Amino acid sequence: MSALVKVGDVWKSFDQGRVEVLRGVGLNVAEGEIIALCGTSGCGKSTLLNCISGLEEVDSGDVSVSGYDVVNESTRVDLLRHHIGYIFQFHHLMQDLTLAENCYVPVIAVGGSKRDARERMEELAASTGISHRLNQRVRELSGGERQRGALVRSLMNDPKLLLCDEPTGALDEENREKVFDLLLDLVRKRGRTLILATHDPELASRCDRTLRMRDGRIERELVGK
Amino acid sequence: MIFTNLRRHRVRTAIGAVGIALGVATMLSVVGILGGAVKMFERILRNDSEMVVFERNVSDLFFSNVPIGLVDELKSKKFVKDAQPVLFTIISAPDRPVVTCFGISPNDGRLKKSEWLAGNISGFREDENGVVLGERAADFLNAKLGENIELGQYQYTVAGIVRMENGFENGGVFMPLATCQKAFHKEGVCSVVTVALADNHEASEVKNWIQANHSGITALENEEFSNSYSQFRIMKITAWVVGGCAFLLGGLSVTNTMILSVFGRIKELAIARVCGFSRGQISRMIFGESLLISAIGIIAGWVLSKGVLILLRAIPQLQGYIEPSIGLKELFGASILAMLTALIGALYPAWYAAKLNPAAALRFE
Repeated sequence: MSALVKVGDVWKSFDQGRVEVLRGVGLNVAEGEIIALCGTSGCGKSTLLNCISGLEEVDSGDVSVSGYDVVNESTRVDLLRHHIGYIFQFHHLMQDLTLAENCYVPVIAVGGSKRDARERMEELAASTGISHRLNQRVRELSGGERQRGALVRSLMNDPKLLLCDEPTGALDEENREKVFDLLLDLVRKRGRTLILATHDPELASRCDRTLRMRDGRIERELVGK
Repeated sequence: MIFTNLRRHRVRTAIGAVGIALGVATMLSVVGILGGAVKMFERILRNDSEMVVFERNVSDLFFSNVPIGLVDELKSKKFVKDAQPVLFTIISAPDRPVVTCFGISPNDGRLKKSEWLAGNISGFREDENGVVLGERAADFLNAKLGENIELGQYQYTVAGIVRMENGFENGGVFMPLATCQKAFHKEGVCSVVTVALADNHEASEVKNWIQANHSGITALENEEFSNSYSQFRIMKITAWVVGGCAFLLGGLSVTNTMILSVFGRIKELAIARVCGFSRGQISRMIFGESLLISAIGIIAGWVLSKGVLILLRAIPQLQGYIEPSIGLKELFGASILAMLTALIGALYPAWYAAKLNPAAALRFE
């Protein structure tokens, strides 16, 4: 399989170089692969995801996704519109909008029509079991429903790559399992690629590969079951 | 997104729109009131004429002295159909320190055309002390037909009471020209001569003749006069300056609203970026919200100004003086100003929102 994500010797620091977060990270992710990034807080997992998506500019090194070098604003916007879906620890849905209105945000970004997107949203909502909650305001939903809503939103433009930063970190155990099962199921069925940042070794063990990060570097790689 | 965002933050939207509405309403009301006043004054001067002849370089028509002989000279010209002298003065009455007084000839069209509530035109004769009162003047002077009233240092007889559309005229006193000249020691002069042109003749003929024969006098077409008369210009400029200041406040309100709006949803804007919104889309969204707030404000301000002017018109003491004229030009001008204000007010918030680093914004929960 060809590499969907290529990260080569990426360095990233904050606070004018005083805090080095990524120190020469290299990584190739094949299309359809499910990768877990593990490590303690501050080891650089989230920053690596941000660099892959283009939300953070790298200090040096190369990042490419779907053959696009993440080098400028227009590439970053294009990647986030068509190639990358993002899920965070907190759902980051707009509380006073309905779930459906939230799901339309990526569609609006690409200038798509809500009518065309409706079918896709309903299909994704059915897959995640929240069809009956689409017209509810986010503030009326449970934590698990919100995170499933965020999952639907991330897949609205059918991205090839899903970046998940502790997607179940804010959920209770029962919801954590449900949401993670859904996530893996959706990604596997659709042949999508997933890079997951997590603290949880149990969740990581269910991925194809686990990359353990420490002090801004990939320390070792484990192949999952 | 723009509609949705404004709907979600109704109070903030309302505050921004109220700021613009007050700016629009103030501007339209002030422009309407002063514009109406200017138009009323213009109508006093026009009186079925096309031109105004007055003393050159005077700052106010009350100070203009035109030799009365010029009226007959003008009447004798083939390019003049009619010429009427008017002497503008201010006179005082008991309990009423300022009453506008018009010294006119009995042939002046304004009395002939008006609605006579008491008396008739035959009572208004040259060089006699019979005066005609506007309806409101009769009201506040508490005067009736045939009664004697004290105006300035003299007693006059009320020869008639007329209802005039124009507030200045309806609240004024019409005095025979010669009587007025005597009362104000202005013998032999008037303030202006209004000139009606003969058919197929041009205003330039009057201008040229005046220029050649009366160097201290000037003749202007009514439109030219309105545009050049310093008092009118001062009133118009005042209206736009006051309105502009109101807009400045309205603009600050929009800026404040949009800054609050952006700072209050930094995380949302970051998520919009993560969902694929470009910097341009984000700034267009902020500008769009600002313009929509402004559009709401313009409509509300227009309705508000209409209401204010209707209310002012309903106040008996102001009747005739407030003749609001909010034309399309004024509405268009105010709308453009409001839109510009909204755009300028959104500059900083839009720039800030577009420059936002989504990763940093999401890190700081």
